[in-house]
Amino acid sequence: MDFESYDVLVVGGGLAGIRAAIAAVETNPRVKVGMVSKVYPMRSHTVSAEGGAAAALRPEDSYENHAFDTVKGSDYLADQDVVEAFVREAPIELIQMEHWGCPWSRDPDGKISARPFGGMTTWRTCFAADKTGFHMLHAVFQTSLKYPQITRHDEAFVTKLLVEDSRCVGVVALDMKTGRFDAITAKSVILATGGLGRTYAFTTNGNICTGDGMSLAYRAGVGLKDMEMVQFHPTGLPFTGILITEAVRGEGGYLLNNEGERFLKRYVPNKMELGPRDIISRAMMTEFEEGRGFEGPHGKYLHLDVRHLGEKVIDRKLPFMRELGREFVGIDIVKEPIPVRPVQHYMMGGIDADISGATPMAGLYAAGECANVGLNGANRLGSNSLSECLVFGAAAGRAAADYSSAAKPVTANPVDAILWDEARRVEVAYLEKKGGSERIGAIREEMQHEMDAGAGVFRTKEGLQKLIERLGGLRERFGRIKIEDTSKTFNTELTSAMELDFMLEISQTIAVSALAREESRGAHARRDFPQRNDEKYLKHSLVFSRDAAKPRLEYRDVHIENFKPQARTY
Amino acid sequence: MADKRITIQTTRYDPDKDEKPRLQSYEIPFYDDSMVVLDALNYIKSNVDGSLSYRWSCRMGICGSCGMMVNGTPKLSCSAFVRDYWPRPILVEPLNNFPVIRDLVIDMDDFMHKLKSIKPWIIRKQEIPLGAGEHRQTNEQIDDFRQFSECINCMLCYAACPVYGLNNEFLGPAAIALARRYNLDSRDQGLKQRLPVIADNEGVWECSFVGECSVVCPKGVDPAKAIQQSKLDTTMRFVLPYGNRD
Ligand SMILES: Cc1cc2nc3c(=O)[nH]c(=O)nc-3n(C[C@H](O)[C@H](O)[C@H](O)COP(=O)(O)OP(=O)(O)OC[C@H]3O[C@@H](n4cnc5c(N)ncnc54)[C@H](O)[C@@H]3O)c2cc1C
Ligand code: SF4
Ligand code: FES
Repeated sequence: MDFESYDVLVVGGGLAGIRAAIAAVETNPRVKVGMVSKVYPMRSHTVSAEGGAAAALRPEDSYENHAFDTVKGSDYLADQDVVEAFVREAPIELIQMEHWGCPWSRDPDGKISARPFGGMTTWRTCFAADKTGFHMLHAVFQTSLKYPQITRHDEAFVTKLLVEDSRCVGVVALDMKTGRFDAITAKSVILATGGLGRTYAFTTNGNICTGDGMSLAYRAGVGLKDMEMVQFHPTGLPFTGILITEAVRGEGGYLLNNEGERFLKRYVPNKMELGPRDIISRAMMTEFEEGRGFEGPHGKYLHLDVRHLGEKVIDRKLPFMRELGREFVGIDIVKEPIPVRPVQHYMMGGIDADISGATPMAGLYAAGECANVGLNGANRLGSNSLSECLVFGAAAGRAAADYSSAAKPVTANPVDAILWDEARRVEVAYLEKKGGSERIGAIREEMQHEMDAGAGVFRTKEGLQKLIERLGGLRERFGRIKIEDTSKTFNTELTSAMELDFMLEISQTIAVSALAREESRGAHARRDFPQRNDEKYLKHSLVFSRDAAKPRLEYRDVHIENFKPQARTY
Repeated sequence: MADKRITIQTTRYDPDKDEKPRLQSYEIPFYDDSMVVLDALNYIKSNVDGSLSYRWSCRMGICGSCGMMVNGTPKLSCSAFVRDYWPRPILVEPLNNFPVIRDLVIDMDDFMHKLKSIKPWIIRKQEIPLGAGEHRQTNEQIDDFRQFSECINCMLCYAACPVYGLNNEFLGPAAIALARRYNLDSRDQGLKQRLPVIADNEGVWECSFVGECSVVCPKGVDPAKAIQQSKLDTTMRFVLPYGNRD
């Protein structure tokens, strides 16, 4: 058991985490920054982002337009002060990424180019071909290597937050290579642990997206905000869930049903393929229900057709899509339409944090997909997330560095006791456990299917109640799991079990929040309450842990400034 | 489909228990035509043997974590289709030329140090302020280094490289390709700082131009080309006036 001390400790090596680490160092070159990640940073799921990052960089665009599109996209659940700060910072952050080497695709004059994206009224999504997240992540990670103040703990799995006197003073982490538990202490901690897509069966998210940070904060008593707001992306490849980027529609691709019809004219006539994700996903589900989908070996699907764009445009702007089609579906998208269907993609909800990333707990900050700073409301616009990771990652890094300069040092004493307890808890619950019979793989799969069924694109009271009950049953079975792997070295069965523990908890918060919101807003579509109800629910939900079966809910007003709620039509 | 089966033989090694790596065989359903080798491992881990260890995340060939030897060739296991091997058994081993931590998990710390040593960030004599906006760069200028910027650090090229196999002091294909990526970037002025790393004994001169790295690279990076070009650079350094290539 080891003991290390930092001024700022970042949990997560994705875009938000690395941006936060660099911001902390640049705010105060004397701060010691630690960065813990359960995978090597360049494996973080940011790497899979394809389409682009939004910022009002072009002369014909304005902050106000970007802000309005974001607020309308959010179905008025975004906090408008946060949106305002975001749209002003995003262009600076994308320029910063350019200075750090991101190979943005360019206009003929050599400036950063932009493409149209869903729900955005103008071309403001900057891109690096169709591997934007990959290029941003590698650029920012490689840049981070030049700062001697940043110390990395790669492949260290955080299992618990260290909390002393209601202040977060570090984490307990399992070093994967050695199986050792370490207390990594710090004057402040930034959670940047990404999404939770693996709570669903059909998702674009990677294996590491298991909501750990949300669960860690929740267990420490911090509220989770708007957990009912889960985004379904319209175009995932059946079977694998691999994402076909919205940029395909941005560049002019068509969505077609089995009658060859561009059916979106019946749902979002003014926007067509560039409508927002929540509405298009619902339109596609409706097409399925009304018999206008194709039937395939992996369920129903529709066509995304780019053949009319021609090989040249496809190879210049969407080369990765052609590669994915070839590699994973066995089709050439230049010659054949792509089979697609809606897929879990992104979490709007997350750890309750303010405009600077501060959570209600002293010393604890959150940024990126695991956080909910109030930017995305009930529906995130595509390409706002990468920019969010930069803007609010940097904000959290600066705030944490400032906080740490004034904060008291961490004392080793209580921390040691917590570390010992936590290491013991894991041993007893998992490694030394005898007589269990349940496979974690089986419980995980059932949880994922229950989530798809109960908390998917459309929800109902009955479905959500059933989901809550089933999740309770799975939680009980989790108490009887069997761990075959007792090794200290790279024990991925142990980490999978702990991830499942996090996911069961987080799934419950989604279900409970969704059941309580008796209206339809953005991504949260209740069949039994199809209308938006501003009178009652123009509010953020906040869920707190009381006990696993019965979380406690609160509501908080949305911060509204210039944009008064109106009907959301496209 | 329902009754097709596939045999997966995989390396097992737990340093807590095993003196040396051994092979274990699993016969599992070949349940879907789109199944990849990684799906087979996941099937084993979920249903047969929870103790099998390997790395993976994105399942879409971009995070670079799932590299393994598949029937003797370095592959991304998420992009290696079972149907291409069936009905013969598939042998899955950890990547060659690396120390093994556990089962299919290799130790890649060495690469992380090498990556840092080539200074993979934009180096400028004078930074331009953020307020001045972006550096102008054309798509054609990006084309100069695009290929080398596509590296996902999957380590397949190191597993294929006979020189690295003999001498792991060799900087190796991906690190050299990434150095080249920055040296060719019109925004960068760091060539002179990177050259000594590349030109020293364990740098490009070690490469005997076998070219296996480029054959196995799943992203078309062509590190062999980067190495050849870097050889030229390092010679030029002594010919060109000092500071000429900034
Ligand atoms: C396929 C796909 C395409 C997308 N395309 C776009 C796009 O075009 N534009 C856009 O704006 N957004 C896009 N998004 C969304 C966007 O990519 C993500 O929201 C964003 O990258 C999340 O970044 P992050 O830094 O918050 O988390 P991640 O990049 O997921 O990083 C999370 C980090 O936390 C670490 N971590 C997690 N748990 C633990 C733990 N217990 N202990 C230690 N470390 C831990 C992980 O190791 C990892 O380093 C896309 C998402 C997907 C899935
Ligand atoms: S050069 Fe190719 S094979 Fe080598 S690490 Fe990079 S992507 Fe992998
Ligand atoms: S799992 Fe990411 S490259 Fe294979």
